Amino acid sequence: MNRETHWDRAAVESIAHGLRHEPGALTVILRRIQDQLGWVPPDCVPLLAAILNLSRAEVHGVVSFYHDFRHEPPGRNVIKVCRAESCQAMGGVALEGHIKRRLGIDFGETTLDRSFTLEAVYCLGNCACSPAAMIDGELFGRLSPARFDDAIAHLGKEG
Amino acid sequence: MTGERTIYVPRDSGALSMGAEAVAAALSAEARRRGLAVTIKRNGSRGLYWLEPMIEVETARGRVAYGPVTAADVASLFDANFLDGGEHRLGLGITEEIPYLKQQERLTFARVGITEPVSIEDYIDHGGYRALARALDMDGAQIVEEVTLSGLRGRGGAAFPAGIKWRTTLQAAGDQKYVVCNADEGDSGTFSDRMIMEGDPFVLIEGMTIAGIAVGATEGYIYLRSEYPHALITLREAITAAERRNYLGDNVCGSGKAFKLVVRVGAGAYICGEETAMLESLEGKRGMVRFKPPLPAIAGLFGKPTVVNNVITLASVPVILEKGGAFYKNYGMGRSLGTLPIQLAGNVKRPGLIEKAFGVTLREIIYEYGGGTASGRPVRAVQVGGPLGAYLPESALDLPVDYEAIAAKGGLLGHGGIVVFDDTVDLAKQARWAMEFCALESCGKCTPCRIGSTRGMEVVDRILTTRDHEKTANAELLRELCDTMTAGSLCALGGLTPMPVISALRDFPEDFGLPTAPRP
Repeated sequence: MNRETHWDRAAVESIAHGLRHEPGALTVILRRIQDQLGWVPPDCVPLLAAILNLSRAEVHGVVSFYHDFRHEPPGRNVIKVCRAESCQAMGGVALEGHIKRRLGIDFGETTLDRSFTLEAVYCLGNCACSPAAMIDGELFGRLSPARFDDAIAHLGKEG
Repeated sequence: MTGERTIYVPRDSGALSMGAEAVAAALSAEARRRGLAVTIKRNGSRGLYWLEPMIEVETARGRVAYGPVTAADVASLFDANFLDGGEHRLGLGITEEIPYLKQQERLTFARVGITEPVSIEDYIDHGGYRALARALDMDGAQIVEEVTLSGLRGRGGAAFPAGIKWRTTLQAAGDQKYVVCNADEGDSGTFSDRMIMEGDPFVLIEGMTIAGIAVGATEGYIYLRSEYPHALITLREAITAAERRNYLGDNVCGSGKAFKLVVRVGAGAYICGEETAMLESLEGKRGMVRFKPPLPAIAGLFGKPTVVNNVITLASVPVILEKGGAFYKNYGMGRSLGTLPIQLAGNVKRPGLIEKAFGVTLREIIYEYGGGTASGRPVRAVQVGGPLGAYLPESALDLPVDYEAIAAKGGLLGHGGIVVFDDTVDLAKQARWAMEFCALESCGKCTPCRIGSTRGMEVVDRILTTRDHEKTANAELLRELCDTMTAGSLCALGGLTPMPVISALRDFPEDFGLPTAPRP
């Protein structure tokens, strides 16, 4: 597995310095890094530890606790599929299977050409329009395999 | 037709997920093409999700609804003169007369779908901030008394009386106190918090402000799950509007009292819906469950006295303060007083938000409102109360929506989510899933939850792959494991994961290949 080591150190430093005085700053900073960079580079842990006067173990413990914080950069498009009960009751498992086959990847993986990352989520709050998924931040309800294929067609597997 | 016409297109994320944005764009383009002056207002959802995107037009007869509308229907709507409520195959008549809506008792959701969510003027025009004005004329103990009188219990699932929690924080000594809103609505099948935050954020803000004034807290946090980006947008816009009008800030409505509000976004951890894990997360740490005592009401956020309530609990406070605790407690049954915004989802023909007084039966909700399954197949199981709730068989559906009645049947009302399954459901798979979900989301602090969930998955697998006495022995082992998790876990995740598992074993043994005859 090749791990990307290049990351925007200046951006991380600026986020951390800007938010270090917030109450409970670490999760706020990590949230901002994740939102801005799309991932939380593992190599930034010592930097955050130094800025917040925490141990590296403490920072690593928090980063690794939360599902949202990615340890690798995502693909160009991120697909989040709900796996929870309401979606299960409406064919969510079959939809999951279709999406995995279509993209050729499992949850938590990115296609080799880096065009798609597939992630599991446990409820998008769209249970009255199950099954649901989120494609690049856009929510889809009553998603059928065919509608999914339409939705990603313009995203182009070769990017 | 004359004059500028108003069309409502929901901005609720459920409506957006069904194409509301494209409908709004098509309406605006088509009106322009025809030279008609229309204003498109973006309201919350009425909660009739099988009809989303459901648009409404303001007519002399009141609002008239059409749905589900796609962008392709727009030209024909104009042709049918929908701006005057003209007949169309998608026509639903006067919105307020739609039986699904008309038969509800909307107190907490009174404004959702009616107002523009981030317009503070709209909120005030529809009765908003009357409760705060009343609260500012009372002292803290009087406000707490009113909330206690209403019988309001925590709508997040634990159903603890809100007034008692508030009194504890009011009486606790502290130089700083907090109000924390738990908006980490992670249970599958629940979306009422999201609907309120997207559809009427001011009612939550007003409820939190009243809580702050009541207990003497000057700072509030909303801990919002990251899966709700649209709710984040509406909350932030609404908070800014409230600050600008002095409904939030150093001097709330000129009362000399301060209340400030901050939204914090979670990071995808189900356990952070547990109040102490949420407080840890707000403090910048791993979302690990705390031992209780001390209660958060005495030593909560940053060790200070903290009121922690769910979104719906806090959003129900304004109607209680405005109309009085006695008015609110007139709704409901037994010790479950007031109304509950019930969320109907899963395999059901008419899913949506149904706010009713406690006491309505599950059967009425699922059949009269829901219309049975979407697939047209028989209802086989209903999970009430989220992933930690029991799977109830069809025969149990005469149960009323009431905390005690559902608990007496080994179930859980929780946050009021109901997920319907048809007869294709495999309850052994659902039981295994409950354990798998617990393993995924366990914070790891206590052993029964951390280890028990993984062992639970394995034991379910063994029940399914063994025969005869080995199978029954594994089933017995699963029951014992569930006992240990129930009795030995620190919080509701490990403590309640056995509930769906045991209910599946008890009411659907055939799915495990176990005999259906009742055990001695």
